[in-house]
Amino acid sequence: MPGATLIALIPILPIASFLFIALVGKKYFPKFCGILGTLSLLGSFIISAITAYQYFLQNGKVNGIYTQLTPIKFSWLQFSPGVSIDMGILLDPISVMMIVIVTFISLMVHIYSLGYMKGEERYATYYSFLSLFTFSMLGLVLSANIFQIYIFWELVGVSSFLLIGFYYDKPSAVAASKKAFIVTRFADLGFLIGILVLAFYSGTLDFQTLITRLTTHTDQLNNAVTTSFLGMSALTWGLLLVFMGGAGKSAMFPLHIWLPDAMEGPTPVSALIHAATMVVAGVYLVARLFPIFSISGQTALHVVAYVGIFSSFFAAIIACTQTDIKRVLAYSTMSQIGYMMFALGVSGYGGENGLGFVASMFHLFTHAMFKALLFLCAGAVIHYVHSNEMKDMGGLRKLMPITHITFLIACLAIAGIPPFAGFFSKEEILQAAYHSNMTIFVLAVITAAITAFYMFRLYFSIFWSKSFVSHHSGEHHHGEASGTMLFPLILLGLMSIIAGLVPFGKFVTSDGKELETAFHITFSITPVLLATGGILLAAMLYKKENSKPQTISDGLGGLYRSIYKKFYIDEIYLFMTKKILFNLIGRPAAWFDRNVVDGTVNLTANLTGKVSVAIRGLQSGKMQQYAIYFFIGVLGFTVLFIYLWI
Amino acid sequence: MNNIGLPQMLIVSSILFFIGVYGFLTRRNMITMLMSIELILNSVNINFIAFNKYLYADKLDGLFFTIFIITIAAAEAAVAIAIIINLYRSYKSIDVEDANTMKF
Amino acid sequence: MNASTIIFYVLAAIILGGAVAAVTNRKIFRAAISLLFSLIGIAGLYFYLDYQFIAAVQIVVYVGGIVVLIIFSIFLTQESGENMKRPAIGRVLFSGLAALFGCAFTILLIQDYQFVPTTLAAIEPTANNIGSQMLSTTEHGYILPFELVSILLLAAMIGCIVIAMKIKEPATNIIAPNALKIGDVTYTEVTIETIKEKVI
Repeated sequence: MPGATLIALIPILPIASFLFIALVGKKYFPKFCGILGTLSLLGSFIISAITAYQYFLQNGKVNGIYTQLTPIKFSWLQFSPGVSIDMGILLDPISVMMIVIVTFISLMVHIYSLGYMKGEERYATYYSFLSLFTFSMLGLVLSANIFQIYIFWELVGVSSFLLIGFYYDKPSAVAASKKAFIVTRFADLGFLIGILVLAFYSGTLDFQTLITRLTTHTDQLNNAVTTSFLGMSALTWGLLLVFMGGAGKSAMFPLHIWLPDAMEGPTPVSALIHAATMVVAGVYLVARLFPIFSISGQTALHVVAYVGIFSSFFAAIIACTQTDIKRVLAYSTMSQIGYMMFALGVSGYGGENGLGFVASMFHLFTHAMFKALLFLCAGAVIHYVHSNEMKDMGGLRKLMPITHITFLIACLAIAGIPPFAGFFSKEEILQAAYHSNMTIFVLAVITAAITAFYMFRLYFSIFWSKSFVSHHSGEHHHGEASGTMLFPLILLGLMSIIAGLVPFGKFVTSDGKELETAFHITFSITPVLLATGGILLAAMLYKKENSKPQTISDGLGGLYRSIYKKFYIDEIYLFMTKKILFNLIGRPAAWFDRNVVDGTVNLTANLTGKVSVAIRGLQSGKMQQYAIYFFIGVLGFTVLFIYLWI
Repeated sequence: MNNIGLPQMLIVSSILFFIGVYGFLTRRNMITMLMSIELILNSVNINFIAFNKYLYADKLDGLFFTIFIITIAAAEAAVAIAIIINLYRSYKSIDVEDANTMKF
Repeated sequence: MNASTIIFYVLAAIILGGAVAAVTNRKIFRAAISLLFSLIGIAGLYFYLDYQFIAAVQIVVYVGGIVVLIIFSIFLTQESGENMKRPAIGRVLFSGLAALFGCAFTILLIQDYQFVPTTLAAIEPTANNIGSQMLSTTEHGYILPFELVSILLLAAMIGCIVIAMKIKEPATNIIAPNALKIGDVTYTEVTIETIKEKVI
């Protein structure tokens, strides 16, 4: 294992680059900041890769089980002898996997942005924000303590806010960043309460102690399970509230409303944050607390599963109607994360039961690759066409060959066609669902088919459909993207192909022991056939420009319209906040503050003024009045002293 | 009414004192206010002399106090007249209500 | 009721009557003269008490000095003739009541108190005794206040002169008393003839 300092460098390099770029680089060498950020990320990635290599292949195992290592741990805040917040780095299979993913995708995005954001005025600021985000995400996955994860959770939220609202002169971007922050912050309220509940019952904030205390037969577990509130045990409440936080960050229904709007940010940001890293933070959280979920909190785990599958299905349906390519990808992300969530939800703990856990983590790994690739390709297309809408595109396959090929690879991966990466991970998820819950399995298969359909709808609309007519005629038209933009695309394309071949069960499992995942051909035929069917349907409708899609959507009429409007969820939220919250709570509170609180202060001031005006007549400047007051005072004192004191 | 003793003297001086106070608080003319002050001072003189004669006949302290009070009253009256004349030059009147600029 | 009591009451009447006249009369001169009579009455009281020296000092300083000073200042401020303004009724009532209350209170206290005269031998207040005691340096001597009072008188004298001094403004552009300045031209003699010349 590399020494503790070297591991500490993994998050420290990005934060150092953030501080340096923000304080020094922005002013003195703005053009160079991109290279600086990329170099620091490269360093971080190399160290992560070395750590992963050594952990997984050399020293991580003790007696055949991958153990949790804490190379760094120091006490930060001591509340009481039992409860203290210790900051530290925890290395175990999922965190090592996550640092590799995060640094790799971040490195790809950094390199891509060298070309995409070239000429941007706030270039250095952009790179500083990217470094800040990477630091926060790395801190999140390396946290040893549930409170530390909350701190980094919030930091990730802030970085996301800064990056979504990067183009701050666009009101839609500002509104989107505000929405993202508020929705995730609201979810974090649940997270914090959940942390407090869990900490209260288990008496500790440290992950390892927390898990041991709430999974084995201890007093704390007994306590937590028997105390009940409104019908559910305290432990279930705690886990559900923590999941609420995770659901907000991972855009699960009904806290998903921020994710489509978050596409207002620059496309590399969408690739990094809203495809591969930040949105999987919720999944990571559930995976981190998985022993508690699966051993002691079965109710909560069921809720996780149902929320996951519902979000997945819901997003897939909406994605079929969207015309903005980034929105389609956003809903696709929501759908895939739903997959990861319900895979965790149907999983058990240990051995064969733990297949869902392995599948979920595997899907996280492969999804990061191909989703980032999809977004970066979309960025290249948008860069070329100067528009986000599908109707402005078409026939780009001859004009952007490399982007075309890589986009096709990513679409095949996400549709689950062998031998691309997505096939293997989806395969395992479906297997895990099949062995636990038939409803979820059926819905998952249907969703897989729909996924294939809308992804290829997107592919055909962009690259086939009609001939490309540039709307900006007369403008000097540039060729396909530059080298710095193409290199990550190629690399991620390669990863999308080979990532599926990693024997994930050997490395990342729920209890650390190796799990042999078998590959059943008979089982996988059905999903692959359904996916191919979806692809053919999409080809039929979209490969050549025709009127069939229009007739279908007209035929569906009102249903189509409500799906296009994302089932009116945004309108419901707006109604609730504006009509109910603002009018019933906000306005009276404002009235109270203006009239009662301010009124009291103003009243005090006015009263003082009036009293002073009344009193100032005593200083009339007339000497005889003063003499009268003096005389009366003397008489008064005389009477007082003679009659009342003797 | 027996022989005139200390209480009668003191009653006379008290009445004189309060007449002086009334005059000081009532009069609008600065010079008449000064006259009231002289009455007050004289009532104090009567007090001292009366106490000296009736209670402390072996000492002359009351007498000396009276001498010094008379002296100082003279000096003070002179200074007061000088100030009144100065004020008269500024305000062109010796009405005490006209000199009221030191107010709010 | 012997003669001494009657004399005392007469003296008291003069004192208090003069005082009341001094504070209520609306003609300023009459008030000053009433004050004069009141002070003479007080001097008479001192004679009645066998303190001749003080009585003499009273007449010389108060009557002959201060009242004269007051009369001079009345002349200087040109207020001798007209009636003075009445004070406001409210103030009269209020001050009168306050003074009356204070007076009654004091007299009540005086009546209740038991004054204890000393039993030692009396000392005659002759000029000889007064003089030697004033200039003695022993415990009951008043040499220090005597010297201080002289310094105070000096200071008061200088102070009066400084306060009442008229400071002449520095003369700028002294023009002859009959001069008239129109524009740039100064006419040193303005008479009806010169005006007639210029206008007609």
